[in-house]
Amino acid sequence: MSATATASVLTRRSSTVKGDEIAHLVTLAFGATVVLITVLLVWNLWGASAASRSKFGIGFLWGTNWDPNAADFGALPFIYGTVMTSLMALAISVPLGVGAAIFLAEMAPPGLSSACTFLVELLAAVPSVIYGMLAIFTVVPMMREYIEPALKGAFGYLPQFQGPMLGVGYLTAAVVLAIMTFPYIIAISREALLDVPHDQREAALALGATRWETTFKVVVPYARLGILGSIFLGLARALGETMAITMVIGNDSTLHASWFAPGYTIAAVLANEFAEATGKMYTGALVELGLVLFLVTIVINALARLLVLATTRKGSAKAA
Amino acid sequence: MNRLTFRKIVNNVMLTATGLCTLLTVSILFVILGYLIYNGGKSLDWGFFTKLPLPPGEDGGGMANAIVGSAEMVGLAALIGLPIGFLGGLYLAEFSGKFLGFAIRYTADLLNGVPSIVIGIFAWALVVVPMHSFSALAGAIALAIMLIPISMRTTEQFLSTVPNALREGALALGAPKWKVLATVIVPAAMKGILTGMILGVARVAGETAPLLFTALNNQFWPRGIAQPAASLPVMIYTHAIAPYDDWHRQAWAAGLVLLAMVLATNIAARWILSRGISVQKG
Amino acid sequence: MKIPIAVAGILLAGAALASAQAINGAGATFPYPIYGKWFEEFRQKNPSIEINYQSKGSGAGIAQLTEGTVDFGASDMPMKDEQIAALKVKALHFPTVLGGVVPTYNLPGVPDLKFSSEAMAGIFLGQITKWNDPRIAKANPGVKLPATDIIVVHRADGSGTTFVFTDYLSKISPAWKSGPGANTSIKWPTGVGQQGNEGIAGMVKQTPGAIGYVELIYALKNKMEYGSVENAAGAYLKATLETVTAAAAGAAKNMPADFRVSITNAPGKNAYPIASFTWLLIPTQIQDPQKRAALTGFLKWMLTDGQNDCASLGYAPLPKEVVSQEMKQIAQVR
Repeated sequence: MSATATASVLTRRSSTVKGDEIAHLVTLAFGATVVLITVLLVWNLWGASAASRSKFGIGFLWGTNWDPNAADFGALPFIYGTVMTSLMALAISVPLGVGAAIFLAEMAPPGLSSACTFLVELLAAVPSVIYGMLAIFTVVPMMREYIEPALKGAFGYLPQFQGPMLGVGYLTAAVVLAIMTFPYIIAISREALLDVPHDQREAALALGATRWETTFKVVVPYARLGILGSIFLGLARALGETMAITMVIGNDSTLHASWFAPGYTIAAVLANEFAEATGKMYTGALVELGLVLFLVTIVINALARLLVLATTRKGSAKAA
Repeated sequence: MNRLTFRKIVNNVMLTATGLCTLLTVSILFVILGYLIYNGGKSLDWGFFTKLPLPPGEDGGGMANAIVGSAEMVGLAALIGLPIGFLGGLYLAEFSGKFLGFAIRYTADLLNGVPSIVIGIFAWALVVVPMHSFSALAGAIALAIMLIPISMRTTEQFLSTVPNALREGALALGAPKWKVLATVIVPAAMKGILTGMILGVARVAGETAPLLFTALNNQFWPRGIAQPAASLPVMIYTHAIAPYDDWHRQAWAAGLVLLAMVLATNIAARWILSRGISVQKG
Repeated sequence: MKIPIAVAGILLAGAALASAQAINGAGATFPYPIYGKWFEEFRQKNPSIEINYQSKGSGAGIAQLTEGTVDFGASDMPMKDEQIAALKVKALHFPTVLGGVVPTYNLPGVPDLKFSSEAMAGIFLGQITKWNDPRIAKANPGVKLPATDIIVVHRADGSGTTFVFTDYLSKISPAWKSGPGANTSIKWPTGVGQQGNEGIAGMVKQTPGAIGYVELIYALKNKMEYGSVENAAGAYLKATLETVTAAAAGAAKNMPADFRVSITNAPGKNAYPIASFTWLLIPTQIQDPQKRAALTGFLKWMLTDGQNDCASLGYAPLPKEVVSQEMKQIAQVR
C-alpha cells in the first residue's frame, strides 16, 4: 500500500476511534448520574439525621416513645407497624397468589392463562392513592361492620382480636397491602412455574401421581426459589407503600397488640409529619426513620435479586 | 374409600381451590374498575375538565388545573429522566466493563427500590429548600429520579435482545461503533425501549408521595415551573380524606380519569410489546 | 419529537402567565373555609394576585415559614418563644377571625349531648371508653346512651386546632396538664389520627361511636352533631357567634402588642370555653415590592371587607379594638 493510502486509513480509523471514545464517555457520564444521585441521597439521609442519631444511638430502633413535644423519639412503633402489616399482607396474598399462579401455570389453557395474567398485571399499574380511596369507602366499612366482628366472635380470646373495632387499623392495612402485592406474586410465580421443564411433570405423572400431587410435590418445589423471589419482591413493595396505608391504618404512634387497633408505618408517619417537623431533632428523627426504611428495602431487594439469580442459574444448570 | 379415591378427591378439591384463588384475584381488578366507573362516571362532567377548584364547602368546580399540572410535571420528568436513563442503559448494554457495569447496574436497582416517600424527602432537601419555594420543578425532579432507573433497565434489556449478528455485520462493513448503534442497533430495539419508557411514565404519573413536599398543591392554574402546582394524585388524596360529599364526588371522577389514563397506557404498551419486536432481516 | 415541543410550549406559556403575582402560604386547617373564600374573593377584585393557600395544619405552616419555603404561614397556635427565635426573618402575628372548636360525634339518635369537664377529659385521656359511662350520663339526664365503644379521633398532623383543644383540656384537667399537655403535636393517650380538620370530620362522619374535635364550620357544613361544653362558669354552651365573641371580650380589651393570646376557658357566663383567635404569620421583611404590596393590600381588605364574610361561615369577626391595633401593625411589614 502507498504511504498516502496508509495514512488515510490510519486517520479514518483514529476518527472512528474518536467518535467511539466520545460515545463511550458520554454514555458513561449519564450512567454515572445514577451513582451520583444514589450517593447524594444516602449522604442527605445520613447528614440530616445526625442530630437524632447522636442523641439516641442504636436505641432508636427499639425506643417505643414518639413524643415531638418532649423531643423523645423511638422507631419501634413504626418498624413494628411496617413489618407487621407487610407480613400479615403476605400471609394473605402468598397462599392466594401462589394458588392462582399454580392454576394459571398448570391447569388453565394457555389463552385463559395469558389473558388472566394480563389482567392481574394491570392491577400492579393501579396507583396507590386509588387503592387508598377505594379502601376508605369499601374495605374500611366492610372490616368494621362484618369482618372484624366475625373475627372477634371466633378468636376474641386472643389479644390480637380484642379492643374496639374501628375499621381502620393494622388488619385493614394488611388487607389493602395484600391486594397490592397479588400481581407481583402471581406474575413472577407463574413464570417460575412455567420454567419448570416438562420432563419433571411427565416423570411424576408416569409414576401415577395425580395432577395436584405432581404440582405440589414436584413442580412447586422445583420452582421454589423463583416463588420465594416473588414473595420478596412483593415484600419490598409492601414495605415502601405510603398513600394507601396512611389512609387506612389509623395513624397512631403507640404500639398495640390488637390487630384491630390503629398503628403507623414508617412511610405513613413521614407523609404525615415531615412537612411540619421543626428543629433538627424532630426532622432528624424522621429522616432517620427514612434511613431505616431505605436500608431495610435495600436488603430485601438484594435478597430478591439473589433468589431470582439463583433460579436462572439453577434452571440453566439443570437444562445443560 | 380406598387410597386412590381419596387422592382423586384431594386432587379435585385443590384444583378447584386454585381456580377460586384465580377468580378472586382477577375479580378484584373488575371490582376496582366497576367502583370507579360507577362512582366516577356519574360525577364526571365537562366542568371537571375545565373548571378550577372552589373554596372548601362550596359545591361545583373541577380539577382542570390538576390535570394540566400533572401533565406538566410528568412531561418535564420524562424530558429529564428518560434521556439520562436511555444513555445510561446504552452504556450498560454496549460499552460497559465488568466493574463499572456492575456498579451502575447495582445502584440503578437500588434506586429503583427506594420508597417514593424517601425520594420526595430527598427532592425537598435538594430543590425546595435552596429555591425557598415549593415548585413544579421539584416535583418533576422527584419523578425524574424515579424514571431514570426504569428507563435505564428497559433500554439495557431491549438492547441486549438485538442479535449479535446485526452488530457484527454492521461493524464488519467498517462503520464505527457509535454509528452502528445510532443507525442499526438502537432503531431495532426502539419499539421495546419506547414501550418500556411509556410504562415507566404511566407509573410515575400515578405517584403521590414524592409530590407531597415538592410540588405541594395549588388551586390555581400552573404558573411556570417555579411555583407549586396541583396534580391529580394529590388532589385525589386531599379530596378523599375530606368530609365534603362534593369533594368525594370529585375524587371519584379524578380517580377514574387517572386510572383510565394509566390503564390505557399500560394496555397499549403491552399490546405493542406482545406483537413482537421487529428486527430488520437481511 | 412532537412531545418535547408540546412540553416546551406548555412551560413557556406557563412562564408567560407568571406575570400574575403568585403568593404561596400554608398552615392551619381551622380557618381554611374562610381563607379559601377570602383569597378567591380578593382575586376576583384583584385578578393579578393569586394567593395559593394550602391547608396542611398549623405545625406545617410554622415549619415551612421557618424553612422559608412559603411566603406566609397560618396558625391557630401563637408561635412559642423558641419557634420565634428559630425564625431567620421575624414574623408578625395577624389575628384574622375568631372560631370555636366543637366536640363532634357520631351517635345516631342522640343530639345535643352535654360534655362536662370531667367527661371531656376522661374521654380523651382514654379513661372513659363507653358512651353510656355514668360520667357522661350525669350531665345528660334522661338521654338514652348506647353501650357502644367511644372511638376518639384526633389529629395526625401538627395542628393549631389540637393546640386550642389541648390548651382547654390542660386548663380543666390537672391529669391532662401533667400528662399529654398542650401543643400542636402531642402523644395521644388513645384514638385514631387523621389529617387536618377535614380528616377528623371525614372519619367521625363515617364511624358510628366516634368523637373528634373540629372547628365549628366543619361540623355545620357536614351536618354533623356537636355537643355543648361546660365553661368556667359551669354553664353548658354550644359554640355560636355570641359565645365565641364573649370568650374574646377580655382579650380584646387587653390585647398584647404581639397579638399572642389564648382565650380558652375564658371567664364569663356566656363565654364558650374552646374558642381561639387564628393568626396569619407575615414576615416583617418582604424583598419583592409587588409581593409586599399584594400581602399588605390583602391584610387591609381582610380587616375591613373580609370581616363581613365571617358570620356566614360560622366564624366570629374580630373585635373592633383588635382590628384598629392590627391596622397599625401592617406598617411594620417592610
